[in-house]
Amino acid sequence: MRTRFQQGLDDLRTRLLRMGGLAEQAVDRACQAYIDRDLNRCHLVLEGETQINLIEREIDELAFDLLAMQQPMAVDLRFILAVTKINSDLERVGDQAVNIAERVMDMVELPKVELPVDIARMAAAASAMVRRALESFIEGKAELAQAVLEMDNVVDRMKDEAFITLVKGMNEHPETTRQALDALLIARNLERVADHATNIAEDVIFWVRGADVRHNVSPEQPQPVQETATETR
Amino acid sequence: MGVGIKVDHLNAWFGKSQALYDISIDIPANHATAVIGPSGCGKSTFVRCLNRMHETIPDAHADGKVRMGDVDVYNGTPAVQIRRRIGMVFQKPNPFPTMSIYDNVAAGLKLNGFHDHRRLDEIVERSLKLSALWEEVKDTLRKKSGASLSGGQQQRLCIARALAVEPEVLLMDEPCSALDPISTGKIEELIFQLKEKFTIVIVTHNMQQASRVAEFTGFFLLGKLIEFDKTEKIFTTPSDKRTEDYITGRFG
Repeated sequence: MRTRFQQGLDDLRTRLLRMGGLAEQAVDRACQAYIDRDLNRCHLVLEGETQINLIEREIDELAFDLLAMQQPMAVDLRFILAVTKINSDLERVGDQAVNIAERVMDMVELPKVELPVDIARMAAAASAMVRRALESFIEGKAELAQAVLEMDNVVDRMKDEAFITLVKGMNEHPETTRQALDALLIARNLERVADHATNIAEDVIFWVRGADVRHNVSPEQPQPVQETATETR
Repeated sequence: MGVGIKVDHLNAWFGKSQALYDISIDIPANHATAVIGPSGCGKSTFVRCLNRMHETIPDAHADGKVRMGDVDVYNGTPAVQIRRRIGMVFQKPNPFPTMSIYDNVAAGLKLNGFHDHRRLDEIVERSLKLSALWEEVKDTLRKKSGASLSGGQQQRLCIARALAVEPEVLLMDEPCSALDPISTGKIEELIFQLKEKFTIVIVTHNMQQASRVAEFTGFFLLGKLIEFDKTEKIFTTPSDKRTEDYITGRFG
């Protein structure tokens, strides 16, 4: 057993989970800020971005060191590659949360109007995808990740519906255009959060099964050693 | 050109102790195939069975089928003739210490009664060029002994000696384990070039080396072949958990 290497992998996993927690929290805060028109939460999201960016760099450095110093193979190599990609997706989830917070800050300056869109429901779905993708990483279970992929269509549909109803609302009530535009952009941000969750789930499947399932391309499926990558966890 | 090696149900023993169990494997021609596994797993015994060197050890014997191209290695062909077609390079360079560089390379041919000096000159030069040693020794071919060379040069000299008899297969048993990284790099580059002309089987403890030089890799454990596949598959998504545990350093 390569103790130092295992400690490095454990360290990498711990930091990624911390990163995941922060990114998930940022999305939740930004969405709650939308619901409550809460500027304080918006500021928390903006402040939290620095920490996310810092951890992103730490994870990349640690992964780079492990690749250079330990020459990982097989499941360990797949794990480190997956972590670097998940890391990047989580940082972008954080960016989307910041975009949402900025839109909320803009909306709060405007008169409150009723919009024909359920951002809260969409936020809950996107947030659940991030949470489940991270759970699949924690558990090292490809089937949990697979379930996340199947949720992506639901969020895509919500975004499409939001676009249609919001554009219609803008035509019927031009005075609400700025608010509707903010909501429309938030819907797009949430749809991107769901896309990043999908990417994370795909990376978990790559780590556990060694299969590249991106872009709905059916790869030549390698026979997995194990369905749950418990050894690297 | 190299030839493929087809091994069917190969078993090997040292006295009553069985070292290899029912090994079946197709080693493709003109490729490098790596044999990996922990110490004592039978990988060296396996390659020594391919050229019947295993049976030179007292009480050691093997059964099963090994076909090298159209030659049945274990049925009717004299061992000496087999070994002429299969060159072998060992862990520790073993040049003949009292012979010049030239004589080291020509030794195998001379032993076989080959004495055409002009032709010998050509073969020595060609072999040393193939082993990427020519430029370093061409001015001292007959002045310097093989033992005067550095470890890396000695190993390339041994490769030249093996190539001089024009084998079809080159077996390498941990050829770089006693060499520094620069010499190792030269041997690896050499393996990459030589497989155009020869079939190469390399035993190595260094998994990075296996992944760098070989297109196919076999993993041995306790005398059994656990997995044989394309090298990239073995080192990224092995099918057997024992292979994965070994290459990720969880045992061995």
